[in-house]
Amino acid sequence: MTLGLEHYLLLSAVLFTIGLYGALTRRNAIIIFMCIELMLNAVNITMVAFSRYIVPTLLTGQVFALFIIVVAAAEVAVGVAIVLAIYRGVQDIDITKVDLMKW
Amino acid sequence: MGLVISFWLFGAVAILAALGVVFLKNIFHAALSLILCLLMVAGLYVTLSADFLAAVQVLIYVGAISVLIILAIMMTREFQRGSPGNRLQTPAFVVAILFLGVLVYALTATTWPISGAAPIEPTTDALAFKLLGKDGFVLPVEIAAVLLLSAVLGAIVIAREK
Repeated sequence: MTLGLEHYLLLSAVLFTIGLYGALTRRNAIIIFMCIELMLNAVNITMVAFSRYIVPTLLTGQVFALFIIVVAAAEVAVGVAIVLAIYRGVQDIDITKVDLMKW
Repeated sequence: MGLVISFWLFGAVAILAALGVVFLKNIFHAALSLILCLLMVAGLYVTLSADFLAAVQVLIYVGAISVLIILAIMMTREFQRGSPGNRLQTPAFVVAILFLGVLVYALTATTWPISGAAPIEPTTDALAFKLLGKDGFVLPVEIAAVLLLSAVLGAIVIAREK
């Protein structure tokens, strides 16, 4: 058997769904971060697979994946800072208990 | 043949590790599972002949981002309490399965315009021309630099002791 674009797309769909389920159900803010990283990685696999199988000589998908990695790095830096600030304020990072801005 | 075997190996371990991120009780073990999953994704990039991206994945995700996440776990001392779920377990499961179903249907029902051309190897030179060369992505590269600078400044301002 040979590998096709669909193999990578299905794998990435499964990874994205696992990340989505985790981000929706976990209560720990850091686990939610990790699930968001999973989802970003799934999208990256899709980008690189499209780049490999549809436009193999253009590399546009790989450039997009690089920019996604840059934005993910920035997001994690700011996100971890926010988690630490919340932890300093309420001594907890259970997001069901951080409801100051919830009406 | 080796490509097929490595795809199934990397893919299976990546999915198991992703499940570990969501379902492991100990948060530190979940972080280690995330690192395993990111390494497997780097292997998948290699099977897609994206050598530079695989190296970047190992350097940035496995090297830097996982260190940041483990640092956050250590500083919040939450890992004794485990990672409990909230009240949305069942609806979130239904939504996730429906979403997966829609994705799988869309992926398999579409006919993709597959190109038979051989991929560029190694990709480093070609990516550099693509990013910085004529008609390339120079402006996004500059904006990415500004984004990283503002993210670093923002992180320092938010996390600083008052």
